[in-house]
Amino acid sequence: MSEKHHLTRREFIRKSGNLVAAGSVMALLPTWAAAAAKPITVGFIYVGPRQDFGWNQAHWDAAKKIAKMDGVKVVEQENVPETAEVEKVMESMIQLDGAKVIFATSFGYWKHQLKLAKLHPDVLFVHIAALWKQGDPINTIGFRGYTEEPHYLCGMAAGRMTKTNKIGFLGSKPLYFIFNNCNGFVLGARSVNPAVTCNVVITGDWNNPVKEAETTNSLIDQGCDVIIANQDSSKVSIETAEKRGVYSCGYQTNVSSLAPNGFLTGAEWNWAAGGEFVKAWQTGGKYPNLLRGGFNKNMVALSPFGKAVPQSVRDEIMVAKQGFIDDSLKLYKGPLKDNEGNVILSQGEVIDNNDIKFKLGVRFLVEGAIGKTGLKK
Amino acid sequence: MRGVVFQNALEAVVINTAALLLTLVGFGIFVWMFGVDPFAVYRTLYLGAFETRISIETTLTQAAPLMLTALCTAIPARAGLLIIGGEGALVMGGLATVLVGVLLDGVPFALCVILLGLAGMMGGGLWIGAVGALRQYRGVNEIIATLLMNYIAIAVLNHLVSGPIRDFTRVVKAASWSIPEYMMVGTLPGIDVHWGLAVGVVACLLLYILMRRTTFGFAIDILGGNQRAAQMAGLPINQMVITACFIGGACAGLAGTMEVIAVHGFASDSLVVGFGYAGILIAFLARQNPFAVILVAILLGGIQASGGLLQRRFDLPDATTTVLQGMLFVVVLASNTLYGRFRFFQGKDG
Repeated sequence: MSEKHHLTRREFIRKSGNLVAAGSVMALLPTWAAAAAKPITVGFIYVGPRQDFGWNQAHWDAAKKIAKMDGVKVVEQENVPETAEVEKVMESMIQLDGAKVIFATSFGYWKHQLKLAKLHPDVLFVHIAALWKQGDPINTIGFRGYTEEPHYLCGMAAGRMTKTNKIGFLGSKPLYFIFNNCNGFVLGARSVNPAVTCNVVITGDWNNPVKEAETTNSLIDQGCDVIIANQDSSKVSIETAEKRGVYSCGYQTNVSSLAPNGFLTGAEWNWAAGGEFVKAWQTGGKYPNLLRGGFNKNMVALSPFGKAVPQSVRDEIMVAKQGFIDDSLKLYKGPLKDNEGNVILSQGEVIDNNDIKFKLGVRFLVEGAIGKTGLKK
Repeated sequence: MRGVVFQNALEAVVINTAALLLTLVGFGIFVWMFGVDPFAVYRTLYLGAFETRISIETTLTQAAPLMLTALCTAIPARAGLLIIGGEGALVMGGLATVLVGVLLDGVPFALCVILLGLAGMMGGGLWIGAVGALRQYRGVNEIIATLLMNYIAIAVLNHLVSGPIRDFTRVVKAASWSIPEYMMVGTLPGIDVHWGLAVGVVACLLLYILMRRTTFGFAIDILGGNQRAAQMAGLPINQMVITACFIGGACAGLAGTMEVIAVHGFASDSLVVGFGYAGILIAFLARQNPFAVILVAILLGGIQASGGLLQRRFDLPDATTTVLQGMLFVVVLASNTLYGRFRFFQGKDG
């Protein structure tokens, strides 16, 4: 009671606080009621921190772009593990935030998303692994870009810029798309400089900064002077390469700021392509349940070139990029051997860039890669 | 005597409530510095943790594995050991469950679930029990041992799921073979929370009874109070330490079982999400009391559940929740020094 006389300002703040609190509860109702009309709430769920210079940031880039679309409000939650928790997060986004589209941006969310999609036919669930198959709920989408294509372009830059003719690739897990990325990188490099070899190390972890730094250092010690890292975040590798004075290429998102001197270019996702699904859901338009594509469908991107890359190399790379766009350039074409000497494709054999069956089955490293997949044949 | 018990309980409730309130005030100041209205944040904390059905389900889903991993620290702590190996024990329990599960294909459901639970308990129990044995017979520090064994367990998991027991039909994620679909236990009746919650609550209650109502529990407390004195009293301290470690590890292993048979159906790095480490926090907040573990796990589950809503409503980073947990941890530990300081709570016969 004694507060009454001299603490009016605090009282005021408290009252206004209550008002805001009440307002936030009231805010639920209009969102829910208006969801049928044009405005739409889109939820993004990240498995890690969204400022990781990697996988999650690539999705955050998309979230920021999608938030700028007409009538779209984005809510985001980071560090959501691939456990029962993610189901609750989705449910909570739907019930408490009124989300009508959910971007589930980690592999392990798929199973949980299928469960939720059956319960909420009015919500669109978008997943990043292109796992959708006939019989799965029609309000689910799987989409994914061919990052091996920008890796090919990174490889071209690496092949032109290397002085030792040795470049290095750090992989994370022994998974098909990591092998495709690695093959793209090696094929790109050898397309402009056949003398190049690429040392390949699979670290076994998505996120193990100590091992990434050690591996990067050891690759550089072996003479590699261009490094690319396929981790959750390539931050550690790129910073290590920059410190050691060698070139680096990025992965996932634009990480050029980490290496002002040695950054060449980078292989990026363009998850903002998912904005089309939001628009379709908002307007009742059509959307694909399964979408894969490379540069031709604007689902991947190339980071801006670093200052070290001369114009002639940039031009050459942009020509190849155009080749992917108009489908005149194929990633896998014969004659092609793996790095153990087995013939993968004979002369004249060409694998279509959209031949997903072939790409999913890639468990080899192409000739010129020095290293092992770690898998039994 | 009854009065003393009541007064002790009252003292714990009053001190913990005061600690919680102080934490909330501190957290309010913290978010206020970021330009966010503290009262709106409190409101959201409550909304996200306890107000609606989905909030409660989220909270309980978060709390379920934490109850079991907290016991991994709490039970050995009563015997005077600091075990921080819940993460590794959970992984070993999960792996054991998968390996036994694929062998049991065709065995009736009820029997399967019991055997899988036992497999998980053996996996986690032997893992932490070994640390107890190392300590008693070889003088190896149990804190360092369990910490390092976490890394070993995770490395073993990664090795197995990237090769020897990998299911290659799962192309985007390295995961083990799946247990047969019919062995999955699903969710509790009437509420969308998986069975791990019931298992966690039952385990806490059973261990509460074991610790409070049996001579074994009493002997463990003597051992925790003074190992020398326990030895002089003729207690078999080596067996008791190993048993306490085994029980703790078995609980964390059971958490691994529940993750496999109620959530994932397979083992992968999704088992390594920090349940083991969060359990340590809960064991200490609960002052190693298995019954209090239930309540503290729900409280922390609530904080984690509402953390998501804080991110979405106020665009606060996820680390905000960690700040709140950290504040709570420090304040509650500091408040432990208050016990016995207030005459009001001291019984007339005490």
